[in-house]
Amino acid sequence: MINYILRRLLYVLPVLVGVNILTFLLFFVVNTPDDMARMQLGDKHVSQAAVDNWKAQRGYDLPLLWNEEEEGFAQASKTIFFEKSVGLFVFDLGASDNGRDIIADISQRMWPSLAIAIPSLIFGVLANITFALLLIFYRGSYLEFGGLFICITLMSISGLFYIIAGQYFIGKLLVLTPISGYAPGMDAVKFIILPVLIGIVGGLGSGVRWYRTLFLEESAKDYVRTAKAKGLSDLQILFKHVLKNALIPILTGIVVILPLLFMGSLITESFFGIPGLGSYTIDAISSQDFAIVRSMVFLGSFLYIIGLLLTDISYTLVDPRVRLD
Amino acid sequence: MLTLLWTDIAVFALVIAGMYGAWASSKKEHLRRPWGQVFESTVGVVSLTMLLVFILVGVLDSVRIQHHDTLASGEVSEHAKTLSLLDIVLTPIRTRVEKTYSMPFAHTAYAKEMVADSNGQSQWHYPRLVFAVSHLAYPEVEKTSDIGNKILMGVAVAVLVWLLLILFITGIRGQHPFKQDTNGLKSCVWTLLAVFLLLGATANLAPYYHILGTDKVGEDVLYQAIKSIRTGLVIGALTTIVMLPIAISLGLMAGFFRGWVDDVIQYLYTTLSSIPGVLLIAAAILMAQVYMANNPELFTTLEDRADMRLLLLCMILGVTSWTGLCRLLRAETLKIREMDYVVAAQALGVKRLQILKRHVLPNVMHLVMITVVLDFSGLVLAEAVLSYINIGVDPSTYSWGNMINTSRLEMAREPIVWWSLAASFVFMFTLVLAANLFADVVRDAFDPRANN
Repeated sequence: MINYILRRLLYVLPVLVGVNILTFLLFFVVNTPDDMARMQLGDKHVSQAAVDNWKAQRGYDLPLLWNEEEEGFAQASKTIFFEKSVGLFVFDLGASDNGRDIIADISQRMWPSLAIAIPSLIFGVLANITFALLLIFYRGSYLEFGGLFICITLMSISGLFYIIAGQYFIGKLLVLTPISGYAPGMDAVKFIILPVLIGIVGGLGSGVRWYRTLFLEESAKDYVRTAKAKGLSDLQILFKHVLKNALIPILTGIVVILPLLFMGSLITESFFGIPGLGSYTIDAISSQDFAIVRSMVFLGSFLYIIGLLLTDISYTLVDPRVRLD
Repeated sequence: MLTLLWTDIAVFALVIAGMYGAWASSKKEHLRRPWGQVFESTVGVVSLTMLLVFILVGVLDSVRIQHHDTLASGEVSEHAKTLSLLDIVLTPIRTRVEKTYSMPFAHTAYAKEMVADSNGQSQWHYPRLVFAVSHLAYPEVEKTSDIGNKILMGVAVAVLVWLLLILFITGIRGQHPFKQDTNGLKSCVWTLLAVFLLLGATANLAPYYHILGTDKVGEDVLYQAIKSIRTGLVIGALTTIVMLPIAISLGLMAGFFRGWVDDVIQYLYTTLSSIPGVLLIAAAILMAQVYMANNPELFTTLEDRADMRLLLLCMILGVTSWTGLCRLLRAETLKIREMDYVVAAQALGVKRLQILKRHVLPNVMHLVMITVVLDFSGLVLAEAVLSYINIGVDPSTYSWGNMINTSRLEMAREPIVWWSLAASFVFMFTLVLAANLFADVVRDAFDPRANN
């Protein structure tokens, strides 16, 4: 087991290097720091001195890959690639283009993101499973047909619509919750309810269908027929046997996205004005802060890979038949 | 004279490819049978008909010619504009631009203004719109009956056209489409009736009213919503075209050749899929913006720029979305390469590329088909979200995402302006629902597991 995890961790490294090189290519080679400086400074006829100054302040004034002016190891280390990209591996994300410490920002903004993401995930999964089981229970009836049609309809509505409609009807007309905003501590609850609710409703369509196929696959298996022949009721079979066995793919499906919860939801957070990592990223994109976008790309990929690793491990934990070696 | 933008060429190429695909699969038994199943199901035919209507609008919007507009004064404007056929069809609602917001079917503006009356005194009231309802002298009393009349007239013409179509079909087939054991044609004909009715009523009303109101600069919202159809279709379809060759070739190679080829390809798609999609798109679009800002000479007109950005967006979406299908195809190829017929072909000395082409590719085509149809609706929805974060299509391009994006501020106004938002959502919903329903039917027909 330990052996396996170690081997997988070694496999993570080249992937991270790949991500790193890709972002480096995107951010520094396709467009040189000079281009970025001109874009940020706004004017096309900006003086070279201003560009140099902008670059020097942010440490973009070094050569890209190889510094001819330095001696020895510094030839490789006094470069943009080394200072801006290699640092990511030890989570030295550096400062954003407007001078703030990225790590400090992230550790502070992580909590609001989690406050939205965790309840959305838990209640969302519970709601999806409940409705999926109901659909299976009423298999072949008009209720199932209607339920499936509602699912497709829910899936076809843009996520933006749920947010705008929810904010308008619940926040503005009924005044049940604040339209947007956030407060630290326990006050956060009233700000969280609406985004969580919308997150659950928005994911219902595809979620229910996905869990339904899982349960359908499971209930086509032999042990279900045996249980039925033994005289168990449909309800007992569904909850005692099918649900239990289907939990394996459900659990592993959840484990994959667990680490990514940190990243927050871009759209929800910016609509509801929640100071999480999602709105942090959006703000960075719209203010064209390349340092933050670069850090978030790296962080996101790192968390995704951790998620994959956790999935593999959780397989062995929940299903004794799976052996990793 | 015909003018072509890059995405226009892509649209035509797509239409031709689609026709060729339909022709080719009609000759192959293993593809004809599931398609036959699709054409027999009511849901499949209804959704396909709706999709085809959308595609027709999209294609009409891609044929661009130099056109001299007829101005409101009756003169023909001197300098020619590049307009699509759709623009020319929609001339009555394209050219009648009001001053600012107005409600659907309104004859006055949405906000009060200082208006000088006949006595020369200014008064604070709702000014009449310049174009809408200008044919009625007393809109307050006449409007409802006028709208009713126009709808009736439009509906009557629509029914007439539809009956002609039925006659035409009956003439060709020798029997009328309702009395048949084939379910498909019947559903298609009924769907067309609904489409015709809607079109007839709209076409008769649109020259006199702003059916869906006007936006901030007074442009007709219906026009914007219809123009957005092309953008949605291009994003959904073009992305698929970018993604398919990469996914198919790499997926098959990884599964078939194994060894280091497999390792490299697996590494490639793990790396790409580990980067959060939105961030990769954002990064690429940011970089493209920098590039365009620094090389303005490459993009002479606003239209060129917007078109380039749309094309680029499709490419980036394609590059980020091939990994899923590739993984699927690799797994399937791994299974197929152990099949007896592949082993037999290898033993007989058939070249490896030939085996891939003849024996493996046709057997994974159903997966490709299912993925293409399933991805389409997701991409249309993604466009709206991306435009909202300003990393979608160019702000000057008509798209549902851009409409939603601008109407965010309108929702905060008092009283709120809801029609722009509602129009874009309804149009987007119709397209995506049709695509989703069609995808469901296609999957049921092609998925071998669903058959038993």
